[in-house]
Amino acid sequence: MYGSQVARFAISILSVVLAFNLIPPSISQSAPKTESKPGAAPQIDFKKAIQPIFVKHCQDCHGPDAREGGLRLTNRKNILMRNDSGEPAIVAGKSDASILMHRVSSQDEKEQMPPADTGERLSKQEIQILKQWIDQGAIWPTDSDAPGHWAYTSPVKSPPPTMNGSPQVNNPIDAFVVDQLQRNTKSLSQAPEAEPARLLRRVSLDLIGLPPTTEAVRAFEKNPSPEAYEKIVDSLLKSPRYGEKWARPWLDMARYADSNGFQADQLRKMWLYRDWVINSLNQDLPFDQFSIQQIAGDLLPQPTIDQKIATGFHRCTTCNVEAGVDPEENRVNQIFDRVNTTGLVWLGTTFECAQCHNHKYDPFSQQDYYQIFAFFNNTPLEVKQLGKSVTFDFTGANFSLPLKAKEKKTREELTSQKVAVQKKMKTREKELQKGFPQWEETMLAMLENSEESAKVPAPIQKILRTKTKKRTDKQSKQLTSLQQKQDPSYADLQKEQNRILKELKALEPDTTLVMVEMDQPRMNNIFKRGDFLNKGASVKPQTPDALHPLKTQGQPNRLSFAKWLVAKENPLVARVTVNRWWAQFFGHGIVATLEDFGSQGDAPTHPELLDWLAVDFMEHNWSMKHIHKTIVMSATYQQSSKVTPELLEADPYNQLYTRGPRLRLSAESIRDNALAISGLLSTKMGGPPVYPPQPKGLWRHVGRNAPKYLTSTSEDRYRRGVYVIWRRSAPYPSFTNFDAPDRGACVINRSRTNTPLQALTLLNDPAYIEIAIGLARRLATTEQPANLTDRDRVAYAFRLCLARKPKTEEVNHLTKVFQQELKYFQDHPQAAQKLISAEHRPEGVGASRMAAWLYIANILLNLDETITKG
Amino acid sequence: MNDHLQQLLNYTRREFFQRAGMGVGGAALTALLSDSLGAATPSSNNSMAVQKSHFPPKAKNVIFLHMVGAPSHLDLYDAKPKLQELDGQLVPDKLWEGLRLAFIREQPKLMGSPFAFKQQGEAGIPISELMPHLGSVSDELCMIHSLKTEHFNHAPAQLFFQTGFSRFGRPSLGSWVNYGLGSENSNLPGFVVLITGNVAGAGNSLWGSGFLPSIYQGVEFRSQGDPVLFLSNPKGMTGEDRKRIIDSVNHLNKVQLADVGDPEIATRINQYEMAYRMQSAVPDLMDISDEPKHIHEQYGTQPGKASFANNCLLARRLVERGVRFVQLFDQGWDHHGNLVKSIKNKCKQVDQPIAALIRDLKQRGLLDDTLVVWGAEFGRTPMVQGDRKTPGRDHHKDAYTVWMAGGGVKRGFAYGKTDDIGFNVAENPMHVNDFHATLLHLLGMDHERLTFKFQGLDMRVTGVAGNVVPEIIA
Repeated sequence: MYGSQVARFAISILSVVLAFNLIPPSISQSAPKTESKPGAAPQIDFKKAIQPIFVKHCQDCHGPDAREGGLRLTNRKNILMRNDSGEPAIVAGKSDASILMHRVSSQDEKEQMPPADTGERLSKQEIQILKQWIDQGAIWPTDSDAPGHWAYTSPVKSPPPTMNGSPQVNNPIDAFVVDQLQRNTKSLSQAPEAEPARLLRRVSLDLIGLPPTTEAVRAFEKNPSPEAYEKIVDSLLKSPRYGEKWARPWLDMARYADSNGFQADQLRKMWLYRDWVINSLNQDLPFDQFSIQQIAGDLLPQPTIDQKIATGFHRCTTCNVEAGVDPEENRVNQIFDRVNTTGLVWLGTTFECAQCHNHKYDPFSQQDYYQIFAFFNNTPLEVKQLGKSVTFDFTGANFSLPLKAKEKKTREELTSQKVAVQKKMKTREKELQKGFPQWEETMLAMLENSEESAKVPAPIQKILRTKTKKRTDKQSKQLTSLQQKQDPSYADLQKEQNRILKELKALEPDTTLVMVEMDQPRMNNIFKRGDFLNKGASVKPQTPDALHPLKTQGQPNRLSFAKWLVAKENPLVARVTVNRWWAQFFGHGIVATLEDFGSQGDAPTHPELLDWLAVDFMEHNWSMKHIHKTIVMSATYQQSSKVTPELLEADPYNQLYTRGPRLRLSAESIRDNALAISGLLSTKMGGPPVYPPQPKGLWRHVGRNAPKYLTSTSEDRYRRGVYVIWRRSAPYPSFTNFDAPDRGACVINRSRTNTPLQALTLLNDPAYIEIAIGLARRLATTEQPANLTDRDRVAYAFRLCLARKPKTEEVNHLTKVFQQELKYFQDHPQAAQKLISAEHRPEGVGASRMAAWLYIANILLNLDETITKG
Repeated sequence: MNDHLQQLLNYTRREFFQRAGMGVGGAALTALLSDSLGAATPSSNNSMAVQKSHFPPKAKNVIFLHMVGAPSHLDLYDAKPKLQELDGQLVPDKLWEGLRLAFIREQPKLMGSPFAFKQQGEAGIPISELMPHLGSVSDELCMIHSLKTEHFNHAPAQLFFQTGFSRFGRPSLGSWVNYGLGSENSNLPGFVVLITGNVAGAGNSLWGSGFLPSIYQGVEFRSQGDPVLFLSNPKGMTGEDRKRIIDSVNHLNKVQLADVGDPEIATRINQYEMAYRMQSAVPDLMDISDEPKHIHEQYGTQPGKASFANNCLLARRLVERGVRFVQLFDQGWDHHGNLVKSIKNKCKQVDQPIAALIRDLKQRGLLDDTLVVWGAEFGRTPMVQGDRKTPGRDHHKDAYTVWMAGGGVKRGFAYGKTDDIGFNVAENPMHVNDFHATLLHLLGMDHERLTFKFQGLDMRVTGVAGNVVPEIIA
């Protein structure tokens, strides 16, 4: 495929060549002099303006990995060197004489670069910039062979720009955003601030994933001052709901689930890790610590319980325990997953390609890959063979939470009680054994009497009639146990024992999966073509050359790797992290490709802003809450999200932030929000996963010991989505319909679709109907303030769902609908009763009223605005 | 307000085109486009939903029959007289050495098929006595005897067969095809899944959309309960009630659209209308009682009963309505022991309806542009597993049989050969990647050009491999 291009670049253009053969190499290769004439174009910044052009249009064939036509655009020496045509592509200071200029602007199919079937042509603007850069002397700041991709150089905090006019600038975010806006030729401007109610709902949904109360909205409407807003932000950041909201995207990346995945998709206990994430986010555990503990908490000196639980991050990996699995193959796959996930989450880098070959675009070789692999290669197998059978089971380090002193004491007491009871049972068993012949005789006598014998089960009769010597062990045991059962004192002891065992079980410590390092490290090799059976050269744990050096004393291990990941010298980690958060607030990142900061990813729309946030993040002790507060305090965030056709034309994807964000909520948030609106939400935190209602028959899956979906009946039914059981083979269906992944692999960015199945879910999912009934009850019974008319109740309903005051048109419409439905149900009381059973009707509210309110609730919970943060 | 609204709705369409132009997944957006605008702008032509293929397609639709658990190709399609001769002898050392098998640990004996094969039809394709009905349509089949996969455990192999990758996170074939070609029916999803028995080991991910937008994921049409999850209205709510509620939702959404102007609201309005249409279109489709008697007799279907036969008939009804990709999963083919009885039993369930499906499609002129695929995640060993009284066969990844019919493949044709005992491919190997490349090719798509940018890479169903096998194309 590339062969055809060699010839194209070799075509020489004589006129150009002849004119510039005369330039002495010493001049063209020395550092160029830049002339600054009055009125001349501003100095072109190579890194910001030129390198992205090379990366986007030229790198595939003229980059570090390819040298078509002998040209490699990797440093100044190379671009000024004669290429295969015998001439240099660029002549410093003379764009007219540079073949490169000719080729990128040529319309001749044989000459044009990039070739028609290879890449996108340069825009006029890009050609102009390139020309200016060459004329200014083709300055290339470093002469190293390093790729120099922007993301691999450390972020620097530039001073926020100063602007014309008097835009609303709350903090440097706004300065960078407005500066970009003002530089835009269409001279776009900031949108006005969102109405207080909408703003409050937005920030509340963003920070805690739940809507504000109607009281909070009214209070803020009365005093929408910046100070009041800041106070609200501070209290939201302190709310325990914050960690529950922000755990969700992290758990997507951690591929957290409550089951193993694959064929034997049994449940696993992992929820202590989920709770650790929620708590750590609530405590604003600095991100560097947050990271180190998850990757290598077990290797910290005297690790705490929490630090051990944190390592569940990489135990969330799927595990195949189906019969006939190869445990070593499974283990290697798990480590691939750990390496790839780590690359995505902390470095915004796709390592996966390097499993089989050198990365085509980014500076990571196959050797780099297996050197990182080596850091993770020393944990034990996670699948064990059961005896000599082909059945396998899940194994690996399982951490038991120590019991509290009181629980421990109770447990000890129960254990000694158990011993005592069992001793008594033994004694009684012996006594019964002595009495067995007599008991047997009595029983046999019973069999003689037809009435009495009916009380003895047929199988027992059969055994009794069998001669003692001919009875199998099993049969003898059956008789003994019957004799014991019939003995009142033994039965009492047994009952007592059962009680103790049950209580002991309840006191069993909670467990979770963690990482542990083996004493004897494994050998590390490159796997040729990624095949674990095909071992290549041996490697040692090491970090990639292209990034900052690994600082460690002694043998590098998982802990030194974790520290390397979050070292301040790492140019990627802070940028990648703040960018992901930014995307949660605005719907897209400053770098749109959240998961790829490599050369194939998108360039940042606001590079200085990204760097400012990244550095600010590190300067503030890696505080997530600090960055979140900075974002929501910005005027950029607080803008109204209204959009006009003109604005859509000028800034279709809001990449210039000409308006506030307006985005559909995530699957879990849609449910949490609806539960809160309806008044059903339980704020109980933590613990084992919960089972909200789902249709029957969804957990029907090949594989042994299939777990059952036992729908929660208590308040667990109404707990937040982050606690809902996540079985990988069949995740909670309404979440799937709203773009939740299967959590089989790391997901950085969920898609956000708009489908008819989503409409059906909100309209008909019995779980949502239950929520609608909750809301209907609330609407029918609220007495705040007193003497509400139906119209007032409708207005209140809008407030609950949308926070804002409804328009007259909206209240008119829904009041009319309510009255029509009410009339219908009053005329058809049976229809109302069928729709809403007696148990769901609050006292003093008739079936027809409840039915009419249910319809109103169903409508409101389905509004686009209800499921949207806007 | 109407003018303004119309302007916004029009805008939506333009924006979709822009996005499509920016390469965010062309058909993705055209599919959305038809769904979202079909109703709002009655003048818009539904065919806009359909994305142009890379080159003229041979097939428009796919019916993919996946036999979950993996049947023995050696007892159904790949006749091996030599294996019969060697029955009871140890597998040769040179094959056994270094061989990794899922279950068998001791050097096993070979087992010939206990079933007779008969050459059928004009083309004389040998098919086992277990599949007499299929034998009667054998001239429509294109047998591939040389498929190779890379995994011998169910879940990874199923994922590999359906997504081209043995771990989680990749889009299934059906999602890729819908992403590439869009949907021809705006009242039904473009990718429908029908299941008999339990869900296959790899779970719902087998029809998931992976990194593609979730609009492309397969939608399971269930034979019990709601045919599509959440399709039916709550107890006591009539269709008319539902219509009024949706009208009200959409009315309020339009007020909001006029106020804030977000085109996403216009899309939402249209999705609610499509949901309403689905509420009648899906039950219509699922109710097979309107089929004539002779059809029921052909397929062996009984209205209201959950069966593979019913699913075959539903598959025909789905492609008839323009559903792009129909995937059937049938559980119960993992015969490690008691092969004779079990496979007989399974074949009885699937043989007649599959033959009926092919015949029915042909009679209706649908077979020409519908590709029917029969296959599984891997094959079975020529070696016996377990005792000789109730013998079975272990998982086998190095050679097995799948077949295709209709949709531009050669009729009455056999491609590839295994060695004398059906252990290795002897001639014309076809890797699962090649199989995927060929399937896409038949649908008019170049597997190297059907890409989606994800994690900095142009992802393909075939990874970095795959070659179209032109020999099987008519």
